[in-house]
Amino acid sequence: MMRVAAGIIAALLVLAGFAYAEEKRARRVTVPTVKIEKGEACVAPTAEMRRDHMKMLLHQRDRTLRQGFREPRFSLKNCIECHASRETGSVLGKDGFCSSCHAYAAVSMDCFECHTPQRQARTAARP
Amino acid sequence: MNPDRRQFLGWGAAAAAASAALAPGFRLIELAQARSPREAASVLQRWGLLIDITKCADCDACVTACHEENGVTGHGRPETDAQWIRKVNLRDKRTGYAQTLPLMCQHCGHPPCVDVCPTGASFRRDDGIVLVDKHTCIGCRYCVLACPYGARSFVHEAVSGQKADVPRGKGTVESCTLCVHRVDRGETPACVEACNRDGGKAMVFGDLNDASAEIHRRLRSETSSQIRADLALNTGVRYQGL
Repeated sequence: MMRVAAGIIAALLVLAGFAYAEEKRARRVTVPTVKIEKGEACVAPTAEMRRDHMKMLLHQRDRTLRQGFREPRFSLKNCIECHASRETGSVLGKDGFCSSCHAYAAVSMDCFECHTPQRQARTAARP
Repeated sequence: MNPDRRQFLGWGAAAAAASAALAPGFRLIELAQARSPREAASVLQRWGLLIDITKCADCDACVTACHEENGVTGHGRPETDAQWIRKVNLRDKRTGYAQTLPLMCQHCGHPPCVDVCPTGASFRRDDGIVLVDKHTCIGCRYCVLACPYGARSFVHEAVSGQKADVPRGKGTVESCTLCVHRVDRGETPACVEACNRDGGKAMVFGDLNDASAEIHRRLRSETSSQIRADLALNTGVRYQGL
């Protein structure tokens, strides 16, 4: 009986140890802030967006630049339109939609070396 | 009730009569001006400019408008600052006759910049607009040397505050895009708009292949020339009065 109880206690201690280590590891890096500023739903389901947004952007970029398609759906401008922060108007910065996740995942992105991270000021509707 | 063929034709005739009764010049369906965003640039079009330099006033409305539209800002260092369009002053040394003209990327039919580009970043779009794909540009500047018009610039310094439609970045080459983002919306380039508003109304933009376009009509009936026509580059930008 005692042996069984000791076994259970040991198992619990090991599990608690794992959980503690996990928590400590998670605390080492800032968890990304995913704040959706605008819109009901993204252009694709969340799981797909998380995994494949870069493929969509890459595909769209070549179609737009080289062939002249201007579909707004997967365009970077369209991303920024919804995801830019309400305060700063940008997807970069500390809690920026793009930068916080990319900092967490340690993946650098070059988009904003050339493209503006700012949401564009609403212009009057064209006649 | 399923409408039969006779009834369907009847509806069509009624609709045609109704639309014919509208005021002249008023259309229920607007004639297609701009390409749909879902449509690729087509080889059937060839965008170009015609610049009548006898009307080109001593102003720089086109240069200012271009740099404003495309967010081209300098650092007060004229030797290295990017320049998409510039005014060139010509003066006959013997007679003193002076002319001024705007010079930018000539959007060649056979662009030397595309020939020399080692990565394929410099390319000619199907509708004749010559562009730089900055995603693949490595900043080698072969194209800057190859261009007989000196139309290309290298971005030496980090850029911020770009326009959403005109990405610009350090380490890449850039030049006049014929305001491709405006052209794709069915508008004219910023320089042409400014010239017609504030300048001497010297610039016309249009499709060189479209027989009904003003640019096509004028090129057909009036004298025009290409700069460095001896290179046989078939430029998209043509000049009059040179």
